[in-house]
Amino acid sequence: MVVYLLRRAAFLAVSLVVAMVVIFVLLRLLPGDPANALLSVDATPEQIAAARAQVGSDQPLVQQFATWAAQLLRFDLGESYISSRSVGDEVAARLAITLPLTLLAFALALVVSLIVGITAAVKADRWYGIVLSGFAQLGVAVPVFWVGVILVWIFALQLGLLPSGGFPRRDWQDPADALRSLTLPVITIAIVMSASLSRYVRAATLDVLGSDYLRTARAGGASRTEALLRHGVRNGAVPVVAVLGIELSTTLLGAVVVESVFTLPGLGSMLLTGIQQHDFANIQGVLVVSTLFVLLVGFAADVVQRLIDPRLRTSVSGNR
Amino acid sequence: MRRPLLAVTAAAAAALLLAGCAAGSGTAENADDATIVIGSLYEPQNLSNTQGGGQGVTEAFNGNVYEGLYKLTDDGEVEPLLAESEEVSDDGLTYTITLRDGVEFHSGKKLTSADVKASVEAVLADDSKSARKSSFGPIADIATPDENTVVFTLSQRSISFLYNLSYVWIVNTEAGDLTTTEDGTGPYTLDEWKQGSTLTLKRFDDYWGSPAKNAEVVFTYFTDATAENNALLTGEIDLITSIQGPDQLAQFDGNSDYVVSEGTSTTKELLAFNDRVAPFDNVDVRKAVYSAIDTKKLLSSIWGDYGTLIGSMVPPTDPWYEDLTGVNPYDPALSKTLLAQAGYADGFTFTLDTPSYDPHPAVAEFLQSQLAEVGITVEINTISADEWYTKVFKDRDFTATLQEHVNDRDVVWYGNPDFYWGYDNPQVTQWVSEAEQATTVDEQTSLLKQVNEQIAADAASVWLYLYPQIVVASSDVSGYPVNGLNSQFFAYDIVKS
Repeated sequence: MVVYLLRRAAFLAVSLVVAMVVIFVLLRLLPGDPANALLSVDATPEQIAAARAQVGSDQPLVQQFATWAAQLLRFDLGESYISSRSVGDEVAARLAITLPLTLLAFALALVVSLIVGITAAVKADRWYGIVLSGFAQLGVAVPVFWVGVILVWIFALQLGLLPSGGFPRRDWQDPADALRSLTLPVITIAIVMSASLSRYVRAATLDVLGSDYLRTARAGGASRTEALLRHGVRNGAVPVVAVLGIELSTTLLGAVVVESVFTLPGLGSMLLTGIQQHDFANIQGVLVVSTLFVLLVGFAADVVQRLIDPRLRTSVSGNR
Repeated sequence: MRRPLLAVTAAAAAALLLAGCAAGSGTAENADDATIVIGSLYEPQNLSNTQGGGQGVTEAFNGNVYEGLYKLTDDGEVEPLLAESEEVSDDGLTYTITLRDGVEFHSGKKLTSADVKASVEAVLADDSKSARKSSFGPIADIATPDENTVVFTLSQRSISFLYNLSYVWIVNTEAGDLTTTEDGTGPYTLDEWKQGSTLTLKRFDDYWGSPAKNAEVVFTYFTDATAENNALLTGEIDLITSIQGPDQLAQFDGNSDYVVSEGTSTTKELLAFNDRVAPFDNVDVRKAVYSAIDTKKLLSSIWGDYGTLIGSMVPPTDPWYEDLTGVNPYDPALSKTLLAQAGYADGFTFTLDTPSYDPHPAVAEFLQSQLAEVGITVEINTISADEWYTKVFKDRDFTATLQEHVNDRDVVWYGNPDFYWGYDNPQVTQWVSEAEQATTVDEQTSLLKQVNEQIAADAASVWLYLYPQIVVASSDVSGYPVNGLNSQFFAYDIVKS
């Protein structure tokens, strides 16, 4: 297991470096110069040169990359080209919104999808089982911004219960206020996420229900619920955990859309304005941090799978 | 298994609902202590107007946090602000300006002539990214004979000098990094800038003039007009500084909870030709394109009942405005005649570089269909704002482009043959230069009127329309500027009942 963890960690580090190079090169392939965002329509050649020197776009690419990589090694994400603010501080401030948003949505979606997925499988022959499956299908097909727009229309514009967007100026100083701002975005993500998740849960449950070991357990006198709890959950969980990892990563990355519908100043909106303003320092900062998040989640999902299923563990130790 | 899960779900739902019900019920305030929440689409890029802060920092800071020696009022008048008085020599080359007494920066330091000198020099500096740099070409020397007096010596007359000074923020020479902090003399101090979200200004208690009528102003930034509307509809913001499309107005027009004010804007939508290259180096071709476009129909399709048609670069708030909409009338038959005269009886094809953001793509499609009727094929090339800057503005690698030009008094660009559109008429260049060196405003006005007429006659560009300037506010707020000239938005008179 230790060797496995070390190998996995090395893979993670290599992936991160490869991702950095890809991010850096792709950004430089974009047309236009990041210095342009700093200039007005009557800039003189001197002003243009000064702006290029300021953002470093007059340096050779290799040197630009080396500067950035050296900064990263010192855990420094650099300074925004345009606002001169620390990218690290800004990313941290944005994560204080995006991370709770993602985790709350994930938790809610998990709960809902377990209920919906298991019910839809166990009661596959009942009308509500069929209805729940139908809803899950529908949910997968609906774009997330549309769900957001509908929820804003109902709960903010018509009922006036919740804000239509934004985040309190005092951040989490008043947690109730902050949660209030996150309620609609969380529900929006959870609806869409639980739709796809519950299909996996349903499929996994159906697999378990049709399995030999469950039939054996029931033949031994256990009720269906007992058999499911004792043998089914663990077996069904393995494929679901892998999907959960992917879903969690997707949610963080998909926050761009939800944050823009609800004007939340999170990581997604930072990425979006970064792209609009051609602020490479900001874009790179956000992408590196979210890449790290995705890699860590994948790592965690792998480890959890191995903890749940001893067969995966032995096969790895067998390779030693 | 299902019951505990249900319980968890119920608890989570309850928590979310509770959070929802703990509504931020604002406490009643005195009008003087009100917080005014302003919605805007223009977030500053940074906080310095000489370091590329953009339109957003002008909107939030000009007149609110920083002040100039002079102020451009919402009606387009130039008034003294930090200047007490000025004396102009007979030859118009020396401006002796006496500063207002008792003005302090937010940091507590007294305003002196050294600050004024340093602030103007910051605009003129090599690394300055100020849009106003070029208008200060005539400054030959800035002297500070005493703490309260600044003497500007010009190399040639500049009748717009005081007007141009209204754009220069007077900043404390000892201030730190002005891209992230401020030290001005205005009625507000910067409380907090949360990038991507809000910028908060707080009333400055030691302000030299009459204090702001509200305690706090929060600029709330949106990237999406719908989200901005929703925020106004749900009371999260009090007003929107500038509406960007007529669709946004439907919910507010005729609703007594909101006031829609249409002011006069200075933003012109242009079809700018590259006048250096064929076929647009030919006046007849430019006039043919102009006459093929039904600008009235275009304006109404983009803006409904709002906005104004203009026949030249000049908005009605400029002193030298005159109605020139008749010079290049919509007349497809005339257009065809002109094309034949220019040797393009069968039309031609050109590429229109179109910025990717509204309203340009819609305008481009409209032009494409209109010009097709006289045999001209338009190939639309959509580019980002940043690409526009490199390709069109810097490299002049274009045939025609769409762009909005936001400032007042910018007809003078037609006097600069090196400007991106390459209009080169020595007579116009001379008039523009003479106008700037005029001794009286009347003389300046009459020269610039000649410029307007000439560029219209030459169809130097197609001036498609003047944007409307629309502010929508909740009916319980008043005192906001309706024209917002040059993106200014004075917030100090806004009150909430």
